[in-house]
Amino acid sequence: MNEKTLEKLQILADAAKYDVSCASSGTSRGNVKGGIGTATGWGICHSFTPDGRCISLFKILLTNHCIYDCAYCGNRRSNDVKRAAFTAEELAELTIEFYRRNYIEGLFLSSGVMRNPDYTMERMVRVVKLLREVHRFNGYIHMKTIPGASSELIAQAGVLVDRMSVNLEIPSEQNLKLLAPEKDYPSVFAPMRFIQQGMLESAEDRKKFRSAPKFVPAGQSTQVIIGATPDNDKQILSLASALYKRPSFKRVYYSGYIPVNSGDSRLPVLSKPPLVRENRLYQADWLMRFYEFKAGELVDDSHPDLDLDVDPKMGWALRHPEFFPVDVNTAPYEMILRVPGIGVKSAKLIVTSRRYGRLNSEQLKKIGVVMKRAQYFIACRELPMQTVNELTPQYVRRQVSQKQKKAAAELLQYPIDWGE
Amino acid sequence: MVVFTYDNTFDGLLSCVFFAYEQRKFPDLILSESDQKPLFIDEQYHVDTEKEKSNRVWKGLGKKISKFARNMLLSVWLSELPETTMLLFRYIRKNIDHPQGIEMNFGDDDVLRVKDIAQKVGADARKLIQFVRFQETADGIWFAPVSPRYNVLSLIVPHFTSRYAGQPWIIYDTERNTGLYYDMRTVQEITFSQKDLVELKSGRLDNEKLSDEEAFFQKMWKEYFQRITVKERINLKLQRQHMPRRYWKYLPEIQ
Repeated sequence: MNEKTLEKLQILADAAKYDVSCASSGTSRGNVKGGIGTATGWGICHSFTPDGRCISLFKILLTNHCIYDCAYCGNRRSNDVKRAAFTAEELAELTIEFYRRNYIEGLFLSSGVMRNPDYTMERMVRVVKLLREVHRFNGYIHMKTIPGASSELIAQAGVLVDRMSVNLEIPSEQNLKLLAPEKDYPSVFAPMRFIQQGMLESAEDRKKFRSAPKFVPAGQSTQVIIGATPDNDKQILSLASALYKRPSFKRVYYSGYIPVNSGDSRLPVLSKPPLVRENRLYQADWLMRFYEFKAGELVDDSHPDLDLDVDPKMGWALRHPEFFPVDVNTAPYEMILRVPGIGVKSAKLIVTSRRYGRLNSEQLKKIGVVMKRAQYFIACRELPMQTVNELTPQYVRRQVSQKQKKAAAELLQYPIDWGE
Repeated sequence: MVVFTYDNTFDGLLSCVFFAYEQRKFPDLILSESDQKPLFIDEQYHVDTEKEKSNRVWKGLGKKISKFARNMLLSVWLSELPETTMLLFRYIRKNIDHPQGIEMNFGDDDVLRVKDIAQKVGADARKLIQFVRFQETADGIWFAPVSPRYNVLSLIVPHFTSRYAGQPWIIYDTERNTGLYYDMRTVQEITFSQKDLVELKSGRLDNEKLSDEEAFFQKMWKEYFQRITVKERINLKLQRQHMPRRYWKYLPEIQ
């Protein structure tokens, strides 16, 4: 390793930075004798860059050479950028050295497409094989599947890595065709299906033989770019919700579009990436995964886009005042979870604590309920305060949205991934 | 005012609980011997720490509350906050007196406070797991200086012994001047002299103490850290929210 490796690192880290996913959760694994590394299950972020995003995995491209010419991508064929490629040995060694210093949880390996998908995928598999078999690396590995790669290679990779992902990038096929004429949905969905099939088969096998190898134990994820195409939130969330119905799907990532290639008439001109919208989509995603909301409740034909002024949970509550006020001392858990200002943790604390006696608003506050938002939607031991029904949804909206506008501008965050 | 004095250990505190029930005397204040005593003391008792008695209290508590809750008590103890002694005493007493225990009653101030402190201590330990940075020294030991808010070194041992089973390491708390040394078999406590501590606190070891490659990989990591940042999305407030300033001291990427 020398200065040349440093230059490669500069080019290939730069080229990898727009990929969002960095989760290292979903697998729990102890160390093996003579090996290095563990996986914790809850995921660990080892650093945070000045953009507020976490570094959990060593996110890097194997190469930024690419045969495709996708409008939204900085590595496209027609761009005049410095190109580089790691050797498998180099990249494996660098990963181990970073890991030993507790800089990272593992490797997130992605790549531009060199020559053809199989050629690229084969080289990626070599890196992973080196790590697992030569370095006896037992930490987390996330590998991007190259669309169009053969299923034999995916099968080889699947038993070595923890998570695999194929990026959808554009939330509708006609727009994908427009921006990336050489790609189509079938080339993305085929590997997704194959990964899922492999996972289910491995789970079956492991019922019979405990030593049967695990296949992609941490499941798969994907990413869609937000704001590069006119697709609305309803399309995006229905797509995400359909993906979450598949047993292998753990995460959908939303990436606010950042114009990396100027002067392409197929792409919009944005002064700033749509960060608030991206944040709202993550909030909606959370509601679908942990709060038992359905996509259809958050967006529908009359509201095809999420409200940028209030969070999606508040938005739902304001559209449905008939469900409120909720009496925290008697209502079922699912209803308490729907109150704006009450999260999963406080909802659980409420249902366990109320067995010992009725809770009042002071106690709720201490438990962690955000009364600024919750006050309009609950009834507790005291007489009901003025709820959304007396004050009207329009009034409540004005009260909460001014505050939220400011908060939303500051809090353009990726929720961190402390466990799924 | 009834005051107990004890030896400032967790077992000592449990012995205080035993003593209180045995003598039917409940303290308004539990102090270590060196603490400043209040002016008006009606009764003062010194409680000797007896392992056997503290074990009985601990076991008895196990019948009322879950293992999880008992672990929370240990975490609260590690916080070393001044309020912990009385908080833990009240918490234990409430659970002994209640027929089923009140572990889940988060409407109770003490139960909630124990949970909050335990969570803070847990979060501090997790932050340590995130932000520990090893440097390879010339003699092949991987060294990491840390300064956690609470005394959480003991909580992170299993994580690091399992993850880095094949490399000897030292994680050293420069604030409390105590550290852990793992020699690939066992973990033992170590203490450096005051003279060495000055150098350690700066977080930078002399170059001759480091391995030949260490500086190169730190440079690589710094470079990676800068390159992976998306300039269009700079958000320093969010960065600090996830990675508060007080953890920056020993991070090579922010030097």
